[in-house]
Amino acid sequence: MPYDQNLSMDQLVQSDRVHKACYADDDIFEQELENIFYKSWIYMGHESQVPNPGDYWTTWIGKQRMILSRGDDGQVHVLYNRCPHRGALLCNAQHGNAGKAFRCPYHAWQFHMDGSVRQIPMKQGYDGTADVLQDAEFAMKKAERYDTYRGFVFASLSEDGPDLLTWLGQGAKAAFDDICNRSPEGEVEVVPNCFRIIQKSNWKIFLENQLDALHPSITHHSTGDAAAEMQKVYKERTGEDAPMGYQMLADFTLPFEKWDSISTYGYEYGHTVLGGYMGLRPRDPVTLDHEAGLAEAYGAERMEEILSTNVHHVLVYPCLSVQPPLQQLRAVRPLAADKTMTEIWHFRLKGAPEGIYERSLAYYYHVNSPSTMVNADDLQNFYSCHEGLRQAGGGDWVSFHRNAGQDITEGGVTTSVTGMSEQPMRNMFAAWKKYMSGGN
Amino acid sequence: MAGGNGTDTQRAVEQFLYRQSEILDGRRWDDWLMLFTEDGKYWMPAHEEQETGEGLPNIFYEDNYLMDMRIRRIEHPYAHSQKPKNQMSHVVSNVIIEEEDDNSVIARSKFVVVEYRNDDQRYFAGKYCHHLIKADDGFRIKLQRVDIVNAEGPFEYVLQFWL
Repeated sequence: MPYDQNLSMDQLVQSDRVHKACYADDDIFEQELENIFYKSWIYMGHESQVPNPGDYWTTWIGKQRMILSRGDDGQVHVLYNRCPHRGALLCNAQHGNAGKAFRCPYHAWQFHMDGSVRQIPMKQGYDGTADVLQDAEFAMKKAERYDTYRGFVFASLSEDGPDLLTWLGQGAKAAFDDICNRSPEGEVEVVPNCFRIIQKSNWKIFLENQLDALHPSITHHSTGDAAAEMQKVYKERTGEDAPMGYQMLADFTLPFEKWDSISTYGYEYGHTVLGGYMGLRPRDPVTLDHEAGLAEAYGAERMEEILSTNVHHVLVYPCLSVQPPLQQLRAVRPLAADKTMTEIWHFRLKGAPEGIYERSLAYYYHVNSPSTMVNADDLQNFYSCHEGLRQAGGGDWVSFHRNAGQDITEGGVTTSVTGMSEQPMRNMFAAWKKYMSGGN
Repeated sequence: MAGGNGTDTQRAVEQFLYRQSEILDGRRWDDWLMLFTEDGKYWMPAHEEQETGEGLPNIFYEDNYLMDMRIRRIEHPYAHSQKPKNQMSHVVSNVIIEEEDDNSVIARSKFVVVEYRNDDQRYFAGKYCHHLIKADDGFRIKLQRVDIVNAEGPFEYVLQFWL
């Protein structure tokens, strides 16, 4: 998009407003890939996606196609999806089991699950030319770094930078602790289904929306009303309360005052948290059963501590939105300045009652499936915002003035005076600016 | 009402499927709900291998209540992704009567749908499997299974209602 190229980073990203080029300009998007997505840690998947040797899932880091694999030795690896011979994709399917080797469909070069060469046909052709069996140049390239936290696998395409735990910090680490601690076994298992939804908008618009407590009762007004009406109809016709899924949707029309009372937290590297608002501890048999299981595993006091953690979204900037109490996550894959894919997963808490899974499944269906009545309206807004921002005229700025100047930073955590404060957006852009200025 | 004559059933089911398409294209929601039995379900599995929608992720798995909720949202004045409304055109074909007894019919068919929304056209294709119950005034849907060819693919935007 045309904009004044002489604007400095400080002019593009100010304390209470951001230039629209940060969202809509193709060159800035390419710089984001280099400076943010190829430098920070990016979520690749959960270990339980690849339970057996030979299993793989493909995914993305920016425009790079990556493979998450499980080796014969039981180790999980992250590899570039590229044959070192002529560059062909080694995995064309989204997932599967490669057996003993990734086999290139072009010339049958074979690679172990850790990327090392297994076999090359007619290799005497390389006598005196290259050591194709030993030289790392002829192995599939591994991601520069990869590591896991509580089963969640991240990769970085940069050799330098903070290690995964340092980078996650207390704010983002809490997402994975929270989801795993809710299992009496301390572990989650992925449900092997990935919904993928394309958004015709910049990736940051999605992340900002996740932490935007002002939007739900406006964007989702129609769905909230429809759900509340159906709760009444259901009760009238059956004499019973409607399933919890209806309440999840009806909650979207909570009054502004309620949304304004929710806390938001900003952390280093742009990670942000939106406090919870949903009543996820009804006194129903499923919840009581779950509580009993946790109390047995950890003691009553610890159970109380675990379940009183109430967060709605944890954003692991720039790549992931986690909802621990609902056992789901959305990974953010930026494909172009105006095109973003989300990969959407949900999890079972190992050892927890089936009813707890059903709750997660209800949210996955209503909010995250391709028939969602919730994101139908979000995606429309995202498209609409991007369409407005990519235009040359009509104004240059995106406003984050709400409660600007009232953010409170203490001990590495930034909070604000209200739930609707645009503090999370300002926090994310502070990290964006740092990354884009060459920091990591 | 279709009797035991195979040709009559074929024609009656075809007419039923054509009318269902018209109801959907015409957004005649009261008529849509009337197509289903009281416990009827509309099901679009997330994977073709699925044998049930219960307890598993699905693209659609809706009873009368969920369908009613979806209709109320679509018609809500603040459903802004319905401004402008999406327009759809269904074509149903390749109708095969799989099973028939005194009370019910199982029919398989193929469909192609074009959707127009926000200056953009999308295409969907796949197969239906209708479990129909014979009623005095025609058929009611006990289960409509819808397998779209791109069930596992990335969705450009979402599906606001049924195909």
